[in-house]
Amino acid sequence: MENKNFKAWLYLLPAMIFLGVFMVYPLIDVFIYSFEENFTSSSQTYTGIGCENYSYILRDPYFLQALKNTVILVLITVPLSTGLSLLISVGLASIKRVRHLFQTVYFLPYVTNTLAVGLVFMILFRPTEHSAGLVNLFLSLFGISPIDFIGGPYFAKMFVLCLYTIWVVMPFKILILTSALASVNKTYYDAARVDGTSRARIFRKITLPMISPMLFYLIITGFIGAFKAYSDAVALFGTELNVAEMNTIVGYVYDMLYGEGGGFPSYASAAAIILFVIVLTITCINLLVSKKHVHYN
Amino acid sequence: MKVVLENLTKKFPSRNKKNPADVIAVNNFTFEIPDGSLVGLLGPSGCGKSTTLNLISGLLTPTEGKIFFGEDDVTDLPPEKRGVGLVFQNYALYPHLTVMKNIIFPLENLKGKDKLTKDEMRDKALDIAKLVQIDTLMDRKPSELSGGQQQRVAIARALVKMPRVLLLDEPLSNLDARLRLQTREEIKRIQRETGITTVFVTHDQEEAMSISDLIVVMKDGIVQQVGKPQEVYDEPINLFVAKFLGTPPINVFDAKIKDGRLYIGDDCVLDTPNAKDGEVYAAVRPEGFILDDNGSLTCKLKAVEVMGRDISIVSSNTNCHADAIRSIISSENAPKLGTDSVKFTLKRNKVFVFDKVTEARIDI
Repeated sequence: MENKNFKAWLYLLPAMIFLGVFMVYPLIDVFIYSFEENFTSSSQTYTGIGCENYSYILRDPYFLQALKNTVILVLITVPLSTGLSLLISVGLASIKRVRHLFQTVYFLPYVTNTLAVGLVFMILFRPTEHSAGLVNLFLSLFGISPIDFIGGPYFAKMFVLCLYTIWVVMPFKILILTSALASVNKTYYDAARVDGTSRARIFRKITLPMISPMLFYLIITGFIGAFKAYSDAVALFGTELNVAEMNTIVGYVYDMLYGEGGGFPSYASAAAIILFVIVLTITCINLLVSKKHVHYN
Repeated sequence: MKVVLENLTKKFPSRNKKNPADVIAVNNFTFEIPDGSLVGLLGPSGCGKSTTLNLISGLLTPTEGKIFFGEDDVTDLPPEKRGVGLVFQNYALYPHLTVMKNIIFPLENLKGKDKLTKDEMRDKALDIAKLVQIDTLMDRKPSELSGGQQQRVAIARALVKMPRVLLLDEPLSNLDARLRLQTREEIKRIQRETGITTVFVTHDQEEAMSISDLIVVMKDGIVQQVGKPQEVYDEPINLFVAKFLGTPPINVFDAKIKDGRLYIGDDCVLDTPNAKDGEVYAAVRPEGFILDDNGSLTCKLKAVEVMGRDISIVSSNTNCHADAIRSIISSENAPKLGTDSVKFTLKRNKVFVFDKVTEARIDI
């Protein structure tokens, strides 16, 4: 028995070392930094211990803006991208002929570089000297005056950011959901058909519960991913996100560390801890909700 | 409700590019299933028996032919409008629902004037659960049930909406040997009590023989023989049916008929006054052998297996298709065996003679 335990720990050791060094230690460190006031990396000194860092960033308009942006982004993109992916996957599962072609097409954004996709969005939305962007060109057909999606009003910029995020995260979700749908045993559908079940009811009562573990996985990772959004905003609005009112929490953390007015590891740590607490809370709520609605077999 | 199949044919398009001809799964199947009977579709795998079942259920549509439930033509009706209950080979119980919810599921689909209240549904589900004796398991999930219990739930779910026809696809194949015996009796009992016309598919001849009112033996999509189990066993119309029914299987010999007598090798075993001369197959049921020191058929003794009630004598003969001839003899008058060879006389009604080319039965 003891010999077995020793072996098991031995096998776990590499993963534990890496997790310890690169995950657990930094996490603890960040937690400590967040309570050390005016910590500087170069001298490794601080002036006091307390909650000053938290109260500072919670009053910092840039942080509040970033928090608001992130929450809006999460609330809009997670349900929309998951719902749309589900629709598309069900559609893909019910066609036969060019299914593989469509599967490939829908997967393409996943293997495309984020910044390249950003560039495409620029062409679509950014006004140039010659035109107001492709989308505005299209909108003008309906007599709508051009909107500056990149440098204009807040709702327009948020719309582009959400659209971009949904576009980027959907391929993976579609991939997972198509395979989840394909793995549902066909005889369940046959059984339901013989019993006269309507298509809507089959979807609600059989398909959804059957793929619920995968759906749940996508929702949890979707929440976490959206809370950690940063590169998407950079791809669209450049690095001056505070000026563009499009910063996110991770962007704020980055700015606090390395940005123009950066060099504040204590503030960055406090912001990071707040993000961590939010994500942890949401994930716990998700797990609680899932107990009732997710069916593992 | 009687079920009539009229010239039923199902072709599937070929997936093999080298051989583009359609695959004929069911070929010109005509049969009337009497009201309230239990019919077994029997045949080796790939003979079209499951396809036939799916045609009756409506999950497949026939290429040609018609299906009637009573006087109603249901050929073009989708499965949900036919009023069939189908029990799948793997039961297809919804794993995320409890036994109760599984059984209620078909009732919840009812619309309009058939719509039931929650209490009515519960009562119906409980009644049917009592019939199949699972009423104490209503709150369990399928994964918490044994194979036999799952099978009962599946039957309950198929029966709860009182279908006009009950269809069972290989109902016993996922059960172990002992449970199989029990469950087949159970199926017979449930069928008797409900009086619902029932069709079931099996590749196990013993299963089909033991509970069916009628059996249909199929091969390559074509019906070989229809009849009461004992009739089909006693009077097989061709070699395939003779070989397919019975355990241990029938013993087939190369034989010939000369001057009104049946010869296996040089041994003259039977008088066959009605048959023409020629090469034939002679098939003898295991119970068709009588140990007789003056018997005409001489075989080499290989082993004697004692099975309690009976003894089984394993012998060999160069003219037999199989390596071993199995004969069953009652242990009460077990003879002393010790020599290298054994002699048999054959029971006339247990010997069937078949044409070498068509494999059809020849009257002897």
